[in-house]
Amino acid sequence: MSEIKADRELDLKGEVCPFTFVKSKLIMEQMEPGQILKVILDYPPSVENVPKSMREEGQEVIELKQIGDNLWELYVRKVK
Amino acid sequence: MSFQFTEEQIKRYSRHIILPEVGGKGQEKLLKSKVLVVGAGGLGSPALYYLAAAGVGTIGVVDFDVVDFSNLQRQILHNTSRVGMPKVESAKKTLEELNPDVKVVAYNEKIHKGNVLDIIKDYDIVLDGSDNFPTRFLVNDACYFLNKPLVSAAILRFEGQLTTFDYRDKENSPCYRCLFPEPPPPGLVPSCQEAGLLGVVGGIMGTLQANEALKLILDIGEPLVGKLLIFDALGTEFNVVKLRKDKKCPLCGENPKIKELIEYDQESCEIRF
Repeated sequence: MSEIKADRELDLKGEVCPFTFVKSKLIMEQMEPGQILKVILDYPPSVENVPKSMREEGQEVIELKQIGDNLWELYVRKVK
Repeated sequence: MSFQFTEEQIKRYSRHIILPEVGGKGQEKLLKSKVLVVGAGGLGSPALYYLAAAGVGTIGVVDFDVVDFSNLQRQILHNTSRVGMPKVESAKKTLEELNPDVKVVAYNEKIHKGNVLDIIKDYDIVLDGSDNFPTRFLVNDACYFLNKPLVSAAILRFEGQLTTFDYRDKENSPCYRCLFPEPPPPGLVPSCQEAGLLGVVGGIMGTLQANEALKLILDIGEPLVGKLLIFDALGTEFNVVKLRKDKKCPLCGENPKIKELIEYDQESCEIRF
């Protein structure tokens, strides 16, 4: 599978809920529809919550993958 | 480039930012907004407290009174050690300690015909929490002439009233004078000094005023325009009655008589035994 190209990247290692979502949302607001945000997470509850909240806001969660011990990459496309 | 929040602001406003209806953009609107509150008393205290907590960037407070022991049963901005201090000074201290993002502009003066337009003109929204009719009519007329939305509340005994007049859209909004064309004759309506007041009623109605102001700033929901909300604390009941624009209204009717500010006699509000 080819790499997803992200327009913005946000490293949220060390950050917890709800600030993982809050910070992702603030970046998302600055982006254009169609653009992709990559978020790096290391807090397991955020791995559940950030994609859920992004979907609730109407954004498209493209991929969530574990890339290491307690480390995940989340790709979200801005819809609105 | 859009607004940059500090780490502290992200934490402080996180519960707002999470809301789809607010977000970072809404919070930015709040931080850039200017709200004037007339009266730092029973209604003004909770209204000001929540507006400051919400991050309304500039808050004006008008009051000429000083803190008295008899205020402390409901005026939660003030406290025992501030008895004797001007209310606006006490308000500024409490609000800036709560939220340093907020600039509090204190007007330690009585509002009158000569200063009302100057005080109001730079604000986006006005909240009336005053305790007398001359001020209420003057603030209403000034907001009308300056096209400012006015969130009006009143409290007495166990009852509260609330409505919003949106003078940015005069065609569709009734005005205060559609409801009360003229001040009542002296002595007819008792003041809360005479009639008493359950302190918490101010808390409820003032908080609802802040809610109206936040909705107007964020442009979300439906403002309470053309409706009067009446709260009965004893029955714990809220009722809403429709307010219609009065064609014969002396201010906003078809043939308005009032074309400039009127200062009524303050006596009509003084205590009469």
